[in-house]
Amino acid sequence: MIMFEKRQLVLPGDLIAKGDYIAGENVYKVKDRLYAQKIGLIDFDGKKVYIIPLKGRYIPKVGDIVIGQITDIGVGSWIVDINSPYSATLLASDVTGKPFSPKTESLTKILNIGDVIIGKITAFDRTKNPSLTVKGPGLGKVSDGIIVDITPTKIPRLIGKRSSMLNTLKEETGCDIVVGQNGKILIRGKNFKMVELLVKAIRMVDEQAHTTGLTDRVKAFLSSSIKGG
Amino acid sequence: MTNKKLIDENGLRIDGRRLDEIRPIKFEVGLLSNADGSAYIEHGRNKIIVAVYGPRETQPKHIGLVDRAVVRCRYHMAPFSTDERKSPAPSRREIEISKVIREALEPAIFTEYFPRSMIDIFIEVLQSDGGSRCAAITAASLALADAGIPLRDLVAACAVGKIEGKLALDLSDIEDKLGEADMPIAYMPSLGRISLLQMDGVFSEEEFIKALNMAKDACLRIYELQKQCLKSRYVSI
Repeated sequence: MIMFEKRQLVLPGDLIAKGDYIAGENVYKVKDRLYAQKIGLIDFDGKKVYIIPLKGRYIPKVGDIVIGQITDIGVGSWIVDINSPYSATLLASDVTGKPFSPKTESLTKILNIGDVIIGKITAFDRTKNPSLTVKGPGLGKVSDGIIVDITPTKIPRLIGKRSSMLNTLKEETGCDIVVGQNGKILIRGKNFKMVELLVKAIRMVDEQAHTTGLTDRVKAFLSSSIKGG
Repeated sequence: MTNKKLIDENGLRIDGRRLDEIRPIKFEVGLLSNADGSAYIEHGRNKIIVAVYGPRETQPKHIGLVDRAVVRCRYHMAPFSTDERKSPAPSRREIEISKVIREALEPAIFTEYFPRSMIDIFIEVLQSDGGSRCAAITAASLALADAGIPLRDLVAACAVGKIEGKLALDLSDIEDKLGEADMPIAYMPSLGRISLLQMDGVFSEEEFIKALNMAKDACLRIYELQKQCLKSRYVSI
């Protein structure tokens, strides 16, 4: 028996189901009772009950594209802040594509503290900090654009079903958007007004992620602002 | 001691409450923009603000644990929070309460999800009037939920005590000082678990059991208020 309806708000400790169900994400099970772990919206998939969280830190996952900032330089590697409880390492040999020798090369000449990169997580588990790679299309050092922060748990909402939200944002404003799974969004656009508008729209998604019909509202907001401005 | 009466002829206490009545409680959540989670509580004349940061990288690095997150808690009373100016340096009492609150909240947090990281809880008492550790626990669990940290349950806390030979809920400062006993408890209602139980003063065995049930009942009432507050934050938009 499930105590809530689909997409209803639940709070930590709420009894969400009793009986033969499987605890999905952000749900835990004590005997045959399922309880919520976080504030979020409940959803089911057959016997599986899970919660789409409304807030929380980014936990790295292998394969995720993230936007990070270099915070420290080691011997043959950089330490990258990826807006998570765990900082990532980026190997120098990964960037240069050949074995790195500190004798002949200087790391700071390639990437310095404060530089922003788009990377992909290649390995992460409980015992080791995540490692990054910048090999791949669209990855590497960021030289222009602005970065907007949103709650990392709301990234799926910003992308939308089959990228519906993301496509709306791109089409309406004509800006290029790179979404980091860690809650950092890179915007590149020629028209400053459009960039400004896009930031507003992203903020709107962040604040209203738990409501329905958001894509249409964002679309209406953008097209009316573009016409009016 | 003074001869001041704590219970009048109508059975009401100094502030006009019945014996089984808790002080009015007001919550606010998410008021600090720089913290990951925050909460403010007004429990009677207690005014407490709580900020939660994390899970984040451990600082200094060596305090990290390989199997779970470290929870750090700082309970601090502002110099202007008491009748007499309080030194801002952490006192023996504040250090002890910090530890007690940490241990009351830790069983509610899934710390094993975040090895080698830490969760910081900062509790700032702006005004105090008895039972501030309970109010702090109640607010801190809201702040943890607001930060999106996975919790087994919200923790609600309330004190129960004995004044003039009668059990009374949620003692104020004067009642605590002139009364015979004070017992703060923290409770996770949907799991039925107690995570804090302290007592000073004297209770008989019978009184203790009755007092515990009274406190649990009060925690349930506070728990409902906590839930209402968290819900209203998202429903209103």
